[in-house]
Amino acid sequence: MSAASKDTALRTGVIARALIYSILLVFAVFYLLPLFVMLVNSLKTLDEIRQGNMLAFPEVFTFEPWIQAWGEAQIGVEPTGLKPYFINSLVMVVPAVIISTLLGAINGYVLTKWQFRGHRVVFGLMLFSCFIPFQIVLIPMARILGILDLAGTTSGLVLVHVVYGLGFTTLFFRNYYDAFPTELIRAATIDGAGFFRIFRRILLPSSGPIIVVTVIWQFTNVWNDFLFGASFADFDSQPMTVALNNLVSSSTGVKEYNVHFAGAILAALPTLIVYVVSGRYFVRGLMAGAVKG
Amino acid sequence: MLIATLFSSDPLSFVSGKAKPLCQWRLKLLFENAVTMIERLQTYLPRLVLSPSFVLILLFVYGFIAFTGYLSVSDSRMLPSLGFVGLENYEKLFSLRHWSIALKNLAIFGILYIVICTVIGLGLAILLDMKIRGEGVLRPIYLYPMALSFIVTGTAWKWFLDPGIGLENVMHLWGWESFSFNWIKSREMAIYTVVLAAVWQSSGFVMAMFLAGLRGIDNEILKAAQIDGASNWQLYRRIVIPMLRPAFLSAFVVLAHLAIKAYDLVIALTNGGPGRATELPATFMYSYSFTRNQMGIGASSAVIMLMMIASIIIPYLYSELREKKT
Repeated sequence: MSAASKDTALRTGVIARALIYSILLVFAVFYLLPLFVMLVNSLKTLDEIRQGNMLAFPEVFTFEPWIQAWGEAQIGVEPTGLKPYFINSLVMVVPAVIISTLLGAINGYVLTKWQFRGHRVVFGLMLFSCFIPFQIVLIPMARILGILDLAGTTSGLVLVHVVYGLGFTTLFFRNYYDAFPTELIRAATIDGAGFFRIFRRILLPSSGPIIVVTVIWQFTNVWNDFLFGASFADFDSQPMTVALNNLVSSSTGVKEYNVHFAGAILAALPTLIVYVVSGRYFVRGLMAGAVKG
Repeated sequence: MLIATLFSSDPLSFVSGKAKPLCQWRLKLLFENAVTMIERLQTYLPRLVLSPSFVLILLFVYGFIAFTGYLSVSDSRMLPSLGFVGLENYEKLFSLRHWSIALKNLAIFGILYIVICTVIGLGLAILLDMKIRGEGVLRPIYLYPMALSFIVTGTAWKWFLDPGIGLENVMHLWGWESFSFNWIKSREMAIYTVVLAAVWQSSGFVMAMFLAGLRGIDNEILKAAQIDGASNWQLYRRIVIPMLRPAFLSAFVVLAHLAIKAYDLVIALTNGGPGRATELPATFMYSYSFTRNQMGIGASSAVIMLMMIASIIIPYLYSELREKKT
């Protein structure tokens, strides 16, 4: 995205420009609306939501829904709030991201700088694995996790996320290392540097940006996953997304919209923070995931 | 030699424990063997390093696909079972009303989702590319939904579209008494609320893809066309949009495969309801495999989903990897 095209000499009049700005603003409102609704209503009492206007600011601010969502709300059978699930998600995400990123880096290194016969096929097979509908692996995965005695555990989920994240992490690093000058590697080999030394001393130090992109991508994907969490986890390992869904869709008792909204924001917070702090890398990851090859 | 750096310690050390009775020439032979072994290792090391990942993928992706493929022609019900029944499950699958509803919903959802996301994404990208003040503020606003979980998106829209407390109620309070918007509760219209929420989540991302494409277009071409007297409209229709072909293709592939995989959003937004009105293949597969004890049928629906995605992804990946080669 260079700034070179800033001087597109399109002829636009004042009215056209006003129209353009208003369209852009309308869409900004459209995208912000659900976030606004969640935020505003998570600070209202339940009565105020039921009787009042969903788009209005709270008349009485209350943090009670947040406290409830975090520590008291009934999820499943236990009134634990979302806190234990938040911790489950964290405990799952951190190792899954680290392992899949490391493996992706070393895979990308092999696939670009130590190419062997059939490396294209290997990469193709890994790449296709990014796109499979996970429904196709659910049944055997449940069996294997049972056999490995990992059913319902966080370790099991970490394994699942590492395996199905490998395709993407490998893709990211492969594309990045592809542009890295091979002459440097060759020179290092002649100087006697081995496989791992070249990786550690030459490639890794210049991999900062792609590591950030990969970590953000993996973090977002694993944190936001619902299908695997819903299929393979039990109470001790259930991630945030599953707990939030249980909270919102539980059919018993009063629907506490304000608590649901507070819970939704809690579930969204980690990825939102990552996005706000490093949006540039986030977008780059999305693009790298989209524009293949 | 490379071994020196690979093993800085004496390469013989690992045999030294057993080396006592060996005479000089045997020791030498052993040393040579060790050297060739390490050299071999050096050539095989990259493959060795890659192999755990590759084995994982082979096993957990392709092995599992084969396994599910077999289950789809087996008599599995509550648990996997290996009795072969031929294509019976597929025949049953396509005679099920639930499945035809799921396919019809996928068609509606997929087409609208892809078309609307592309139109909004392209439109916003073109507008944002017109030297807009505040682009730096607008772009992140358009894109942030992509960072959210579909469960969060579903929750937000579920209550916002709820006639009792959401948009309809707001309009009533604002004095538009006759306003009615109960799509989420209606069998006919509920699938369109899924489209709405999904478009909300992904269109900003499509915008970013097109914006990147637009920024990559050489301005000289546009200027030349303008000098030739092309209007803005012609400029975009004849030059810019055709040049965005790769972005269109990428957007299509990404959106199509997201549509076929769509699961979380439906669960959070409508849970497949009202009734079965928003059932999609992904939710169908889950309920048949795990709650209705029809694993064979569930597996066959998963195979159909894989085939749909493969028919889009494989030609795309093939052409992408091909281009790279030349």
